[in-house]
Amino acid sequence: MIPAAFDYHAPGTLTDALALLDQYGDDAKVLAGGQSLLPMLKIRLAQVGHLVDIGRIGGLDYIKEEGGFLKIGATTKEVALERSDLIRAKYPILIDTCDVIADPLVRNRATVGGNLAHGDPANDHPATMLALGATVVARGPKGERTIPIEQFFKGLFTTALAGNEILTEIRIPVPPAKSGGAYVKLERKVGDFATAAVAAQVTLGPKGEVVKVGIGLTAAGPVPIKATEAEKFLTGKMPDGATLAEAGALAGKAARPTADRRGAVDYKSAMARILAIRALHRAVKRAGGQQ
Amino acid sequence: MAKHKITVTVNGTAHEAEVDARLLLVHLLREDFSMTGTHIGCDTTHCGACTVLLDGEPVKSCTILAVQADGHQVMTVEGLEQGGKLDPIQNGFWQEHGLQCGFCTPGMMLTSYALLKRNKKPSEDEIRQAISGNLCRCTGYVNIVKAVQHAAAAQA
Repeated sequence: MIPAAFDYHAPGTLTDALALLDQYGDDAKVLAGGQSLLPMLKIRLAQVGHLVDIGRIGGLDYIKEEGGFLKIGATTKEVALERSDLIRAKYPILIDTCDVIADPLVRNRATVGGNLAHGDPANDHPATMLALGATVVARGPKGERTIPIEQFFKGLFTTALAGNEILTEIRIPVPPAKSGGAYVKLERKVGDFATAAVAAQVTLGPKGEVVKVGIGLTAAGPVPIKATEAEKFLTGKMPDGATLAEAGALAGKAARPTADRRGAVDYKSAMARILAIRALHRAVKRAGGQQ
Repeated sequence: MAKHKITVTVNGTAHEAEVDARLLLVHLLREDFSMTGTHIGCDTTHCGACTVLLDGEPVKSCTILAVQADGHQVMTVEGLEQGGKLDPIQNGFWQEHGLQCGFCTPGMMLTSYALLKRNKKPSEDEIRQAISGNLCRCTGYVNIVKAVQHAAAAQA
């Protein structure tokens, strides 16, 4: 399969890339790793006049802690997260996530920024970023702005990014002591999109009570879903089995999946509940210093 | 639509081509460079038959534009054998019958070759993880895993 013809641009700087987007408007699309966009162009679900490849722009590929945030450059590849000592040591929820994105060959090309900017509610990073309370940094002709992740996803394949903006960085607040997170995904086979998946991030207080919790759902509606009712319920409580089960039930209720060949609505909602319970248990365990 | 002049180094030799932006890397290799060892399987980023190494990392060449490979190093299955001598991974697949129809084999060998460059002694689990983006519909993977282990042992 061959995509419909387009013009290709490989700017060397962000400024040049932004100028191209401004020039071509809706007829242009940003290409990063291309692992979602190229398949869509090949099966002609998408068609563009101009591809602006940001893969040759230096300085967008990094993983670092700075000023209280974990900062991930937009073109950082999934494989870089997987192999990062910092991520392995401090952000197991991100390892859980990138380990189940597509397959290892795809992860050698796919980017973290692309996983978010593509706006696909079945992608895996959005739920994790919702759980972590991340912020997305966008650069446009008028400069830089930050977008809280819960305001980023607007609809199916639609984000808060304007046509002439580029996602440049993802910022995750460095979790305080006694924090832990997990991402649990049910997939039919390696490389498949989630039937259901849940990200949970918790911070425990001095008595072991939950002081902060974030829960994100994958493939549970037209946009990635933040399970706010479950979060509210769990905050301030001791994370015992019954409480986590109740929180999981509330998370399952927040899911609005659609039926497809991966399962019926009831099945997917039930799986969201179960996976939420599992993710919360693992997150609490990790917050307590266990793997 | 303008043509793009690109230079891609394949198995150590620089190749030049003038290509359409929409040309996929796998077509560049097979049709422009006549290297048909890289196979087209599913053509939808699932099967891994088109796997090549791009700057040493295994990737699916049906999901990369030829223009994206401009200035980069590509290794295909044709680059494994050196001076008439099979690479240990090729020998492993031969000795352990790591193939039946052979369609997935170039991709399997390149993914495994890259794994062994990074990890000299992978566990069975690590091998299975590494090749989880390469589908084989004949062998059930048992002999493929043995083939990779054979190559690892030969290089130890």
